[in-house]
Amino acid sequence: MSATPRRIAIFGATSRIATETARLWLARGVALVVVARNPERLRMLTDDLGIRAGGLAEVDAVTADLADLDALPALWQSMTDRFPDLDGVLLAHGSLPDQARCEATPETMLHEIRVNALSAMSLLTVIANDFEARRRGIIAVIGSVAGDRGHRSNYVYGAAKGMLAIFLQGLRSRLHGSGVTVITLKPGFVITPMTQDFDRDGLLWVRPERVARGIVRAFERRRDVVYLPWFWRPILWATRLIPEPVFKRLSL
Amino acid sequence: MRLIEWRDRTAPLSAADAPFLALGNGRSHGDVCVNDGGTLLLTRGMDRLIAFDRGTGIVDCEAGILLGDLLHWCLPQGWMLPVVPGTRFITVGGAVANDVHGRNHRVAGSFGRHVLEMDLLRSTGEHLRIGPEEHADLFAATIGGLGLTGLITRVRLRMIPVSSDLMLTESIRFGHLDAVWDINDRLGAEWPYTIARIDCIARGRRLGRGVLVAGRHAPPQPAGTPVPRWRGRSRSLPFDMPFSLVNRHSVRAFNAVYYRAAPLPGRRLQHVHGHLFPLDRLRDWNRIYGRRGFYPYHCVLPHAHARDGVRTLLKRTAASAQGSFLAAMKTFGDLPAPGILSFPRPGVTLALDFANRGPRTLRLLADLDDIVSAAGGALDPGQDARMSVTMFRRGFPQWERFATLVDPAFSSTFWRRMNP
Repeated sequence: MSATPRRIAIFGATSRIATETARLWLARGVALVVVARNPERLRMLTDDLGIRAGGLAEVDAVTADLADLDALPALWQSMTDRFPDLDGVLLAHGSLPDQARCEATPETMLHEIRVNALSAMSLLTVIANDFEARRRGIIAVIGSVAGDRGHRSNYVYGAAKGMLAIFLQGLRSRLHGSGVTVITLKPGFVITPMTQDFDRDGLLWVRPERVARGIVRAFERRRDVVYLPWFWRPILWATRLIPEPVFKRLSL
Repeated sequence: MRLIEWRDRTAPLSAADAPFLALGNGRSHGDVCVNDGGTLLLTRGMDRLIAFDRGTGIVDCEAGILLGDLLHWCLPQGWMLPVVPGTRFITVGGAVANDVHGRNHRVAGSFGRHVLEMDLLRSTGEHLRIGPEEHADLFAATIGGLGLTGLITRVRLRMIPVSSDLMLTESIRFGHLDAVWDINDRLGAEWPYTIARIDCIARGRRLGRGVLVAGRHAPPQPAGTPVPRWRGRSRSLPFDMPFSLVNRHSVRAFNAVYYRAAPLPGRRLQHVHGHLFPLDRLRDWNRIYGRRGFYPYHCVLPHAHARDGVRTLLKRTAASAQGSFLAAMKTFGDLPAPGILSFPRPGVTLALDFANRGPRTLRLLADLDDIVSAAGGALDPGQDARMSVTMFRRGFPQWERFATLVDPAFSSTFWRRMNP
């Protein structure tokens, strides 16, 4: 089993958490392939990463719309053709939907499920087979604490992330012994553009840098399921213990 | 206050959300970074490096990048920010907007002197490139402009070459205020970074006793020299203390220990961070003041009245027994600050912090105002929550010219307080 991967592909790389993680990996000499939809923002990211790397690590960019599920197998094929030594992936793409709009129309709801679950699961189906055949690699996916239980405030997002978590559980079990590690990352409240409309005071809110450090550590230690930061594990454990007749009354 | 995470330097402003104000890392201890009833543009996510010329040390970066982030990247390559304040947890945009200064003001001037050009997003939709030649008026208003001229999106800076991330430092104790001036003059030529830490509780013969701390960038050390490593560890206060831990007893004890513990004259090597940012080791240190917080009092007195003025300020502070840990005193050199509203100007700057004890504290600060005004000095708007309109206008006589350059859709609680 190898240590930290030599070349990691980051999907949804322009997000705050992904960007911070990319910077940490570069500082450790890991080569990166950054994937995102918006070419202009992707260029800003690669400029930044290139200067920070100072020629010590490689950074390459791939523009792709990850909501276009049919194109994902070809996308991965083209990436491994270009970078045969890719042995790590971080899936960081997704969106935090407007729950009210998801409740109003099925199209919006389905779109969010597609972006937050189906896209990652499609991509993982291709990547998992590839890594399994090569008997190496680390697959890490950013889920959410919202996926641990359905809340009235964001259950569409929660359902997508929950589906993803169960998919990863099965995948992890299937790939056990194959040399491939599958990591489920579950961040809690993070101060990013995705959460700008929340009241973000309080001890539970953390900066994306802290989550990024947790992701790098999870890769180094090849963990299975990681709560970021750690304190969400006992919180979610307690949350799951609340009986449903009580839980349904809570305005969470 | 509505919050918008500003991640994209090319994004447009939507007029519906005015009045705007940029908020970087929120380290101004005052209301220059507050915008009650308006919108805060959070710039921390706009923190990318854009270009770097490793030959000249000129860097282009987005305004939300932290100085500490820049240092982390540039120091190993032999480049250093030309001016840093007492914390590295501020953004480049904030450093420009407050035209911050450091311990090396005598030789380097203020931060704004090292800014070559910027991009400024105005509420008109224009995204202007501003510099000493292009839109020079707006450039001069934006440096030290408290974020009121628009949103700074890009800053081009010139860094200085250093041969290591170490500093050679020296501490010299002085038993009373009169002694510090000579030491200061003597060290000035050889040591670019100097700061005097003053025990503002001490009275009488000991009035203004303290420790002068000097530093300069160290040459490369010969192989085998034991060098201090920077571990980057810091502790933090996770919540507000239930009441202020800063009182006359704790301050007296702390200051006495600091004074006695100062090493005898002698040189040692310190990491840049350890030397220039001692307070960064205790994150959220302001919480020791409890929920009521504290008032910073950062003033500058012109040279002609500096010695008498500082003495009077310290006397009044010591008599009040409200003084806080170590006051900081620095000399501002003659290099002019480029901003219309820049705080640094030739003279001596004294930074005091006071636990908020309500009216008693405000009365003391009003007395200090009288001393500063009589000496022809000014207060730092970036560290103020209470100065009077008169005090501001006296300290910044060009405020009317500045006001014409303010973006009409930008404002802050401070600016509204100064323009009732």
